[in-house]
Amino acid sequence: MNDATREGPILEAIGIRKSFGPLEVLKGIDLELARGEVVALIGPSGSGKSTFIRCLNMLETPTDGVVRFRGRAIGDEFKDRGESYGFGTLRRHVGMVFQHFNLFPHMTALENVIEGPITVLKTPKAEAEAKGRELLAQVGLSQKCDAYPAHLSGGQKQRVAIARALAMEPEVLLLDEVTSALDPELVGEVLSVIRRLGEAGMTMAIVTHEMAFAADVAHRVLFFDQGVVAEHGTADDILAHPTSERLRGFLARFHQ
Amino acid sequence: MTYHWDFHVVAQYLDLFLWGVVYTVLYTVGSIVIGVLMGALLCGARLSSWAVLRGGARVFQELFRCTPLLVQLLWVYYALPLLLGTTIDNRAAALLTLSCYVGAFYAEIFRAGIVSIDKGQREAALALGMNRSQSMRRIVLPQAVKRMLPSFINQSVIQFKNTSLVSVISVADLAYMASVVNGQTYRPLESYTVMALFYIAMLLPLTQAADYIEKRLAASD
Ligand SMILES: Nc1ncnc2c1ncn2[C@@H]1O[C@H](COP(=O)(O)OP(=O)(O)OP(=O)(O)O)[C@@H](O)[C@H]1O
Ligand SMILES: [Mg+2]
Repeated sequence: MNDATREGPILEAIGIRKSFGPLEVLKGIDLELARGEVVALIGPSGSGKSTFIRCLNMLETPTDGVVRFRGRAIGDEFKDRGESYGFGTLRRHVGMVFQHFNLFPHMTALENVIEGPITVLKTPKAEAEAKGRELLAQVGLSQKCDAYPAHLSGGQKQRVAIARALAMEPEVLLLDEVTSALDPELVGEVLSVIRRLGEAGMTMAIVTHEMAFAADVAHRVLFFDQGVVAEHGTADDILAHPTSERLRGFLARFHQ
Repeated sequence: MTYHWDFHVVAQYLDLFLWGVVYTVLYTVGSIVIGVLMGALLCGARLSSWAVLRGGARVFQELFRCTPLLVQLLWVYYALPLLLGTTIDNRAAALLTLSCYVGAFYAEIFRAGIVSIDKGQREAALALGMNRSQSMRRIVLPQAVKRMLPSFINQSVIQFKNTSLVSVISVADLAYMASVVNGQTYRPLESYTVMALFYIAMLLPLTQAADYIEKRLAASD
């Protein structure tokens, strides 16, 4: 596609607001993601990080504001209309990894990974399988292709989930606290997979409570507080030299 | 007092019993097939985002779940024709009523199975770019069907027994035939015992199979 090569942010959010009933959770959030950029979203619980990242692939529909992918606004449900992309097109190119994995329990690891390509992209099965095995090998799970999720550890499940998202060859990857549900000793194996993705140039928005990890992989950091981006800047600015009182207070909790 | 069992007299009417069995099986299978279709439609309506559809399906369901099947049969056969100003064939009335009745229950079983699937499953499917029908077919239903199966089989076994009620509107099922044989022979003990044995012979394998399936499903979780 022509517009894939255009300059400018690949994914962009402008003035995103979201209310659940009377509760306004997001109060106008802006974000520009350039190709190859890794942005970390940090902030206290309930500040709206998950809601925002879910707005980026329309799992939550913003009450107000626009999401643009390759410069085109995201429009109605599943159809591409005129100058806008539908939800389906957006999601085919913007992958997501969830805190609780959400693997399909009735499918093996490999079947989980090839489900998207086969059902959505109509990739021939043999081709999808070959690629799926390769991806599972990349996340260190070539031995577990035929295992069902119930027989995998948390860290293994999350790596399958990452492989599942990668199988769609996404241009952007959204990760929402992907290590928060893991036992501490399993966090490292998942983070190192993500770190390698960042090094390979994957564009990512990462919600995380792992500050050292954020400092390490993120080019930029956004600090969410009560539905607004209270501070943003380079990882070094935000994490190593915080200025505001609230941000310092927030970070202090991770340095005990 | 000792009773003289005499199955010989009753045995002469074996063909009537067998016809009764055929009818009972036909009404069971027929109403289950139509009931599954109705249940799927009602379930779809219940889960729809359109309030009118949701409400309508709910009213239909409660109408058939909150009145006894016997009352429904009598009403559809004797009362409905007066409203419509026509007559209605008793076999058609029986099949229609049985189907609506079981469909109302199936709809609830289907709905409960679908909503019991974690919403993260649907979200993961959508996040891959699937549309709603793909996520339903590929991800939600395969998991939901497994959860529905025990209640579905249970409801179907009940349905098998419920068909005996169509005898009140003179549909010639097994129960009706037993009363016919009794009328001919004046042998109620034998007539009705043979009927009961036929029901047991048909239902026992079904309940055993249901138990087996339930155990297998529980083991595979
Ligand atoms: N579907 C919903 N309905 C109603 N309220 C919701 C819904 N989803 C989120 N909220 C509310 O929105 C606010 C922000 O939630 P969100 O999950 O985005 O926070 P978060 O920053 O991701 O927090 P955490 O670090 O705990 O994951 C919370 O007050 C939450 O209760
Ligand atoms: Mg969250």
